[in-house]
Amino acid sequence: MAWIGEIDLGTKAVPVTGPMVALTIDDQRVEVPEGTSIMRAAALMGTTIPKLCATDMLDSFGSCRLCLVEIDGRAGYPASCTTPVAPGMVVRTQTAKLQELRRGVMELYISDHPLDCLTCSANGDCELQDMAGAVGLREVRYGYEGENHLVAEKDESNPYFTFDSTKCIVCSRCVRACDEVQGTLALTVDGRGFESHIAASQDQDFLSSECVSCGACVQACPTSALIEKSVIEKGTPDRAVVTTCAYCGVGCAFRAELRGEELVRMVPWKDGKANRGHSCVKGRFAWGYAQHRERILKPMVRASVDQPWREVGWEEAIAHVASEFRRIQATYGTRSVGGITSSRCTNEETFLVQKLIRQGFGNNNVDTCARVCHSPTGYGLKTTFGTSAGTQDFDSVQQADVIMVIGANPTDGHPVFASRMKRRLRQGAKLIVVDPRRTDLVRSARIAADHHLPLKPGTNVAVLTAMAHVIVGEGLADEAYIRERCDWDEYQDWAAFVSEPHRSPEATEALTGVPAADLRAAARLYATGGNGAIYYGLGVTEHSQGSSTVMAIANLAMATGNIGREGVGVNPLRGQNNVQGSCDMGSFPHEYSGYRHVSDPATRAMFEAAWGVPLDPEPGLRINNMLDAATDGVFKGLFIQGEDILQSDPNTTHVAAGLAAMECVVVQDLFLNETANYAHVFLPGSTFLEKDGTFTNAERRIQLVRKVMAPLNGYADWEIVQLVARAMGLDWNYTHPSEIMDEVARLTPSFAGVSFDLIAEHGSIQWPANDKAPLGTPTMHIGGFARGKGKFVVTDYVATDEKTGPRYPLLLTTGRILSHYNVGAQTRRTANVAWHPEDLLEIHPLDAENRGIKDRDWVYLRSRAGETTLRATVTERVAPGVVYTTFHHPATQANVITTDYSDWATNCPEYKVTAVQVGLSNGPSDWQEDYAEQARLSRRILVEAAE
Amino acid sequence: MSGMTNDEKLVYMVNQIARNFEALGYDHAVAATEDHLLKYWDPRMKTRIRMLAAEHADALCAIASAALSRLGADAG
Repeated sequence: MAWIGEIDLGTKAVPVTGPMVALTIDDQRVEVPEGTSIMRAAALMGTTIPKLCATDMLDSFGSCRLCLVEIDGRAGYPASCTTPVAPGMVVRTQTAKLQELRRGVMELYISDHPLDCLTCSANGDCELQDMAGAVGLREVRYGYEGENHLVAEKDESNPYFTFDSTKCIVCSRCVRACDEVQGTLALTVDGRGFESHIAASQDQDFLSSECVSCGACVQACPTSALIEKSVIEKGTPDRAVVTTCAYCGVGCAFRAELRGEELVRMVPWKDGKANRGHSCVKGRFAWGYAQHRERILKPMVRASVDQPWREVGWEEAIAHVASEFRRIQATYGTRSVGGITSSRCTNEETFLVQKLIRQGFGNNNVDTCARVCHSPTGYGLKTTFGTSAGTQDFDSVQQADVIMVIGANPTDGHPVFASRMKRRLRQGAKLIVVDPRRTDLVRSARIAADHHLPLKPGTNVAVLTAMAHVIVGEGLADEAYIRERCDWDEYQDWAAFVSEPHRSPEATEALTGVPAADLRAAARLYATGGNGAIYYGLGVTEHSQGSSTVMAIANLAMATGNIGREGVGVNPLRGQNNVQGSCDMGSFPHEYSGYRHVSDPATRAMFEAAWGVPLDPEPGLRINNMLDAATDGVFKGLFIQGEDILQSDPNTTHVAAGLAAMECVVVQDLFLNETANYAHVFLPGSTFLEKDGTFTNAERRIQLVRKVMAPLNGYADWEIVQLVARAMGLDWNYTHPSEIMDEVARLTPSFAGVSFDLIAEHGSIQWPANDKAPLGTPTMHIGGFARGKGKFVVTDYVATDEKTGPRYPLLLTTGRILSHYNVGAQTRRTANVAWHPEDLLEIHPLDAENRGIKDRDWVYLRSRAGETTLRATVTERVAPGVVYTTFHHPATQANVITTDYSDWATNCPEYKVTAVQVGLSNGPSDWQEDYAEQARLSRRILVEAAE
Repeated sequence: MSGMTNDEKLVYMVNQIARNFEALGYDHAVAATEDHLLKYWDPRMKTRIRMLAAEHADALCAIASAALSRLGADAG
């Protein structure tokens, strides 16, 4: 794609709900939806009206006075950005008088603006420069000697962009972007009149302010006042490729803007249907890891993990992998090896890894990192609704009247969706937050939860069942909906179950910690407040009753009729970029692509016919089962693509023991991650910038990942898997990932209509996409559930066996932070460490005082599984008795602390409940010291002697 | 759970599954537990838990024990 700056229509589109309006602009007839601005109407017919303060990402503002027009029958020169069209209106955008007025406005702007266009970093990409040309400005009569703003210190504190107030025209676009698009309200126009200037927080530098570095202000700025440092360093881009972000499950579409082969910046794509032109600090700026000096670009092998790595050619590495897996299977049996697919890789790559294992290894020992995050979502929603996926698209939130957020902190975990949710909340939607922590949503700028239910960790099911008790007991259930859409007998069983007195809010208050009156009020609001939409995260799934909680949520939605239309639904906020896709592609050990069980003869026969081998009808091992089998001595080989189970999975000591017990561990990744410390073969992977494919986001939206540059390691990841498959004797001949998706479509009914061409044509496609829904399915279960009748499932509260007591009196929950992604392998290798250089332990002031802990003190964190040390941060974000930390830094290894307890149905780890003790510490734990030394030795790479 | 042997984990897991189905009533819970093991446990785990059930029947709750009996009968 050649360089084409995105077309800016000046003002936002209006929903096409009212009548169309016909008018005449510059003697041309144009018809647009009622409510459209004259500026946008003109732009739609190809006429660009000069503007500075207007952009189609923001509400009209009408301050720059450059977009004036003449309208027959109206006095004066109204601003076209704030004047809506009217039937029969006759507008002129180009007259001698308008030209004179606009030139006068521009003259004033330029009289207080540096005239350094030739050396300005925005030269050629500056709206002010363009407008000066558009209005024919040839001289500035006022001179430059008067009072001005041409001398000011540049704010370079932010690692990714600069703020040069001398270039600022105070158009307020950055302030409005921070307000309307991001919702942080970190920026303001401080001072009045001539003193007006843009200020971050309390006139602070950007880095220390409340700015979250989403980049919306930089994108909105019409000059170089706010500009990416990468543009300053590399120059303006000359071409762009639209692709999909490889960070969280929101799946933002970006324009990768390049100069030649060098990536200059990532700019959120306005036509991206998941992000609608917005971004967060990770996707927008944190892509430098792709060329980090620690990236491994050559394959490496070693005989044992205590030896240094030896660089080898691809041929030798691939042959070694194939021979080792064949040797192990010949020695220990067919089921002695397996593999793990990655939610960071594309659908096509994931499909190939599970195919390699089923077709090549001859077993179903394949699992994916969804095991440790959203596997309960798959189980719970398939059981109740019939489909292992969320029910809505992100746009749906704009129709929600009551939003219930359970166990999720989208501000940090899914920031771009959080911004859209907050926009709806600022418009008046009600908010219920169910979370042990006082997350940002509970109270922040112009957002306040109507109800915060600060439950004790591990009591989700009791709280949701108590809400159901209120809904049923107070006659708030939607009986007509239930009779039509759900199994009525199962509903009655469920209703009787939740109505039992000991499940009431009052009876469970002591257990859950949630005041009964608050819970009742929240239940009433959800049931009666209009469109009720539930959004949930890992605070739901990562419990011993994760699957039960998902089903309890589904029960609530069905009971209130909140499924099957826009504005409602059950919406899992997926963690990694392709969690949904990796699950869709058959990464679980019990099912093929499209969630069909391996024991189903018809499905298996279809795959056997396509792949030409008999397939194992028995389910394979989950990740935790593989590690157990390894320590039992019967599981000996593991192929891991793009995962770091040593850092991300629970009970690190056990993970390490499992890996150490294997004879061949293959890691395919960008960096020597923590798991690679136990690997025998390292296959260097490619970044999302270096390959073609697709990702599927939390909305079931399949989007193209487009190759922006050649892979530094030589191969895209799908090509590497194909090399392994061919070395193992499989006749794979894919020449492009689109052929892999074609195979997925042939074998998977819900993907039957999906192809790269269709996705490219429409920008994205939400599955199911087949004969019944050729262009995909934004909202699921309209008119009926995928499984037929919606299934109410009795969800009994079963307390976790992870108990607090005198030795471990506090409850630890773990999570993530805005600036880092998962184990941090990528973001730790970017300037994002400026915000979060280390994992911190959040502890309530009361608990801190009892232990003599002050802010920034080193503390030990000890559980029944292990011990680590980190610094404390004393905060009321956590309740007394609860502590919280992130798992982004291997130096901390938070998962040394977490235990093997897991969800009863899926073995998703219980990351959110670990009994711990905290106390002052004066140094790293024994485990940390031992691990640091082991990691140092394991990462040695032999240097070949010079010839 | 940390500190359990792998065999102890298997016993713990099958009891945990059974406990979460308990509210369905005994008969349904037994059937659901057996179905769960059939759908999600690999052959070696199923074989091992049946051996453990035979050796340590007292470690299993009634629902789990009955489900494993059915599993054994179905497997022949």
